[in-house]
Amino acid sequence: MSVEFDRKIHNTLADANLQLAIYTATARLKDKRAETVAPDALPDYQELRTQANAVKKHTIENLDYYLEEFERNVEAHGGKVVYAKDGTEVADFVLGLAKDRGARLIVKSKSMTTEEVDLNERLEHHGLESVETDLGEYIIQLAHERPYHIVAPALHLTRYDVADLFTKRLNVPRETVIEKQTAIARKVLRQKFLAADIGISGANFLVAGSGAVVLVENEGNIRLTTSAPKIHIAIAGIEKMIPRAQDLAVFLKLLGRSGTGQLLTVYTSFLSGPRRGGEIDGPDEFYVVLLDNGRTRLLPDRGKRQSLYCIRCGACLNACPVYRKIGGHSFPWVYSGPIGAIITPQFMGVSHEPGLPFASSLCGACAEVCPVKIDIPKVLLELRSDVKKAEVREKRNRLEKLAFRAFAWLMTHPRLYEMAGKLAASAAPPDGSGWIKSVPAPMNIGPLRAWLSQRDLPPAPARSFREMWRRR
Amino acid sequence: MGNRVSLFVTCIVDQLFPKVGMDMAEVLERLGYEIDFPERQTCCGQPAFNSGYRDEARTVARHFLDTFEACECIVAPSGSCTSMVTHHFAELFQKEPETLARVHSLEKRIWEFSTFLTEVAGVEDVGARLEDVVTFHDSCHGLRELGIKDAPRRLLARVRGLELREMQPAEECCGFGGTFAVKFAELSGAMARTKIDAILNTGATTVVALDLSCLMQIQGALSRAGSQVRTMHLAEVLASR
Repeated sequence: MSVEFDRKIHNTLADANLQLAIYTATARLKDKRAETVAPDALPDYQELRTQANAVKKHTIENLDYYLEEFERNVEAHGGKVVYAKDGTEVADFVLGLAKDRGARLIVKSKSMTTEEVDLNERLEHHGLESVETDLGEYIIQLAHERPYHIVAPALHLTRYDVADLFTKRLNVPRETVIEKQTAIARKVLRQKFLAADIGISGANFLVAGSGAVVLVENEGNIRLTTSAPKIHIAIAGIEKMIPRAQDLAVFLKLLGRSGTGQLLTVYTSFLSGPRRGGEIDGPDEFYVVLLDNGRTRLLPDRGKRQSLYCIRCGACLNACPVYRKIGGHSFPWVYSGPIGAIITPQFMGVSHEPGLPFASSLCGACAEVCPVKIDIPKVLLELRSDVKKAEVREKRNRLEKLAFRAFAWLMTHPRLYEMAGKLAASAAPPDGSGWIKSVPAPMNIGPLRAWLSQRDLPPAPARSFREMWRRR
Repeated sequence: MGNRVSLFVTCIVDQLFPKVGMDMAEVLERLGYEIDFPERQTCCGQPAFNSGYRDEARTVARHFLDTFEACECIVAPSGSCTSMVTHHFAELFQKEPETLARVHSLEKRIWEFSTFLTEVAGVEDVGARLEDVVTFHDSCHGLRELGIKDAPRRLLARVRGLELREMQPAEECCGFGGTFAVKFAELSGAMARTKIDAILNTGATTVVALDLSCLMQIQGALSRAGSQVRTMHLAEVLASR
């Protein structure tokens, strides 16, 4: 584990206000989800999950086919598909188009994919203004922060934090009433929508059979982002593909419920191509940028490619007892929580933060709520194995490897295992009164010290079970 | 199935909580089972498996397979160790068809203690008595991998003198997680403290669970917090009379 990862975890755990904010917000999302998927509310919930998993599995296993079908259909509607290998290619495309069309101002709707490639920073570096229009995203853009949560980017900030931020950045009187804060943001953003040259969105689903980009939202900002400016660019990971529009009947039921506990989000937009003759709204130009950024690397891996089934609902974050303690910013990349723990090492390489797959008690709460049934603990276990194989190759962490070899040896030699147990017990004799609170200094090393930093140890029993069994 | 039962007591019970193993044997004997303890048993290999050391885990799993090869019915006082055998051994031997066949045969012969009682022995009342107010912690692997939720509660409901008070939430992890508890000690400790808050809120004087790993974590945190609440494995409760 890196020092930075450790430090961020420590700082989050030590911040009582932040702990309360995370715990309360995730509890609310978690409870609302539970209500909407309860057997009386949605009797076929488990069947829907099974179906969603099967559709995603099929799509990922035939992704080449569906990508081409999608491309054909987008182009048939007058749009254009652009393939991007990484963040640089995404930024180059947007910058090139902006330069060609003389664009200066970009409005953006919420998109984890653009966060993943630091799109705003790259565009601003080249003199473009890129404004987030989702309220939560707008707040964290003003704060120069990363999203704290996949669906609730400003989950960690209270309305008082937002009041301070608005006063400082927007030069407005301090306002702590949430509705009034929203009105402030709305006023600023409305001007941006009207003046913007380009609108950039993400995508919740790409429908291969119709070439549609499907977007869900509650604020209406996506509708404006994708229809007010003359140019709309949707940026999506290639795994967002689904075969047919009919499949949305499954996915839309699951997404709203799993993400925010809504039966359906307030708006669901189906966008396919630019404005056609006779239509009142819509952009003149329509582009879909399909991003790889490490995703194709997962495709040959039978065990781990299920990580690409994710529909970014965030339910695993809310259910995760680790996320609920360490929050979103402790994670080494933009994706946090259980899904972040499995896709970060796969997109960025396991050495990006080797400790990440180990930062889990493997409780399985994530897999239990995952609407597409990704077996997150299983993928974590495989990643742990990948990390250890890399360590052996690079001759790192050799003491731990040696310890586990000794463990395996001892566990296959029962007599020696018994003797080792006796030896350990004699070093920590039972104190008779219950739980020992300290051990002799020479033993107070490594794992033992780590254990004792938080908890007491049980007293060693006078005899092992096998001894008691022989004597009875 | 005959009435012979082989115990897999798990390494943690063997080394740290032997009374739980003895109590489990006593309950099973009370129900008329003949108990066998294969002496060569050690560990299921989960510590190595969960730490990413699959070769080492495979070595230990192979020893387990050899040790319990001839056993008709195996009972273990742990959901987690049982699940290691029934849900993860197969993954270790994907490339060895013969061993894999032995694993699949073993999967059907090993039972977590409470499930064995309700599903195989078909009992709920084992004749236990314990005057106490208890709360029950659902251990993650038993709950989510083996689907154990009702069995221990049905058994506890038939213990004379015992009052069960559910904690909220009972299903949230205690933060143990094997080497996680020491690799991420501060985080693990914070999770344990959330768990003990849930326990203390019930006013119960005893926490019951099906896994000693969770109970060691919970008892360690309770003790550190200065609480008098004690921990018991279900076998200890059921052996009480």
